[in-house]
Amino acid sequence: MNAPTVFGLLAALLVGVGLYGFIVNPQPLRKILAFNVIGSGVFLMFGAIARRGAAYGLGGDPVPQALLITGIVVAFSATALAVTVLLRLFDETGTATLASETDARAPATEPAAATAPPGAEKAPG
Amino acid sequence: MIEAFAFVPALLILALAVYTTVAREAFAATVGFIAYGLLLTLAWVQLGGVDVALTESAIGGGLTGHLLVRAAARLRTTEAAAAAARPPRSTRFPAAILAAAVSVALALAVLALPDPAPTLASAVVANIGSTGVGNPITAVLMAFRAMDTLLEATVLLLALIGVWSLAPDRAWGGHPGPRYNADPDGVLAFIARVLPPIGIIVGVYVFWVGADAPGGKFQGATIVAAMWLLVLMAGLADTPPVSRRLVRAALVAGPLVFIAIGFAGAAFAGAFLAYPDGWSKPLIVVVEFALMPSLALTLGLIMAGAPERPQAPEVAG
Repeated sequence: MNAPTVFGLLAALLVGVGLYGFIVNPQPLRKILAFNVIGSGVFLMFGAIARRGAAYGLGGDPVPQALLITGIVVAFSATALAVTVLLRLFDETGTATLASETDARAPATEPAAATAPPGAEKAPG
Repeated sequence: MIEAFAFVPALLILALAVYTTVAREAFAATVGFIAYGLLLTLAWVQLGGVDVALTESAIGGGLTGHLLVRAAARLRTTEAAAAAARPPRSTRFPAAILAAAVSVALALAVLALPDPAPTLASAVVANIGSTGVGNPITAVLMAFRAMDTLLEATVLLLALIGVWSLAPDRAWGGHPGPRYNADPDGVLAFIARVLPPIGIIVGVYVFWVGADAPGGKFQGATIVAAMWLLVLMAGLADTPPVSRRLVRAALVAGPLVFIAIGFAGAAFAGAFLAYPDGWSKPLIVVVEFALMPSLALTLGLIMAGAPERPQAPEVAG
């Protein structure tokens, strides 16, 4: 088995691991993380395909490799935006959950110290 | 021999991906993700993509990892409630089956790839002479697929606008991120004084060498932005208020030069973003020099986050 096949199969596994984490982890931050694992798996598969196109002394097909650089930068942009949305949600509500309003309150009443009281992070005024 | 070099990093990468997925604490998971990003660079080198490896380590592992670690640290108080909301077995089991099915389908696709692999390497090699650059990936990014690079720079700018627009009303136009207070005689402040001169030179070198060797403006700009973040975190400088005109002008200068050269191409070379014969290299250099500072500032400000503190009154005006 050569390097493109090994990393192509690894990429397939990474997408699976990321997808599982994306579904089962309830925290938005963990979902963003899993989204990045899926993304890196997709990139790696594309990279393995680029490597198979190596010719004329180049390490790989330069067109997909250039697109990968673009892809990584765009994934970073999306992640940064998602993280900022999440932090703003936390600043506004004191929680960081995707559960609906009623669901979010239900567990918070049991362990009193589990979540910060809503509005605690807001500066006065 | 080759297989061992591929298998060992592949296993480590897979193990770290699993760890970031199942780790109990979000903070531990994000730290695992940084190690994961760094190990992925080994895979990229194995796959002959040194330019991609540089981008992955700088942006995929470095900047994204830093962003996630900082967010995890800030969201720590929500951790216990989130752990209580772990989905039941009835969710996890179908999720595992779905994930496994996707993996198997992708793996079969990998094994079924056509054997004389299709490649555009010959087209790139045949035409690279006309661009005047030696690095085929830079030739693709700046000449053959310049539109992608223009849109990429625009996406970064749009992301920054998105980040800024999440500022609370009271902080609009103010300073992004918290004001860090580190011990002025501490290790962090010391490193933040010693490292940036070296880091900036490395960043500019990676940028400049990108014309003929692995490197480029995105990787170089990330290194320069990282140096700025280090200075910010050591409390040696503050982020500029986002309402400052000079900051905004610097952010859009690079993409604007790129777009202007694109329209000049439409007028003089027959197509948007086309370069007239013999002008490719100088025009590419102009675009790269214009884009690099804008990109470094954009990346740094995206990392700094939404404005959080109102502009100090004495700075206003």
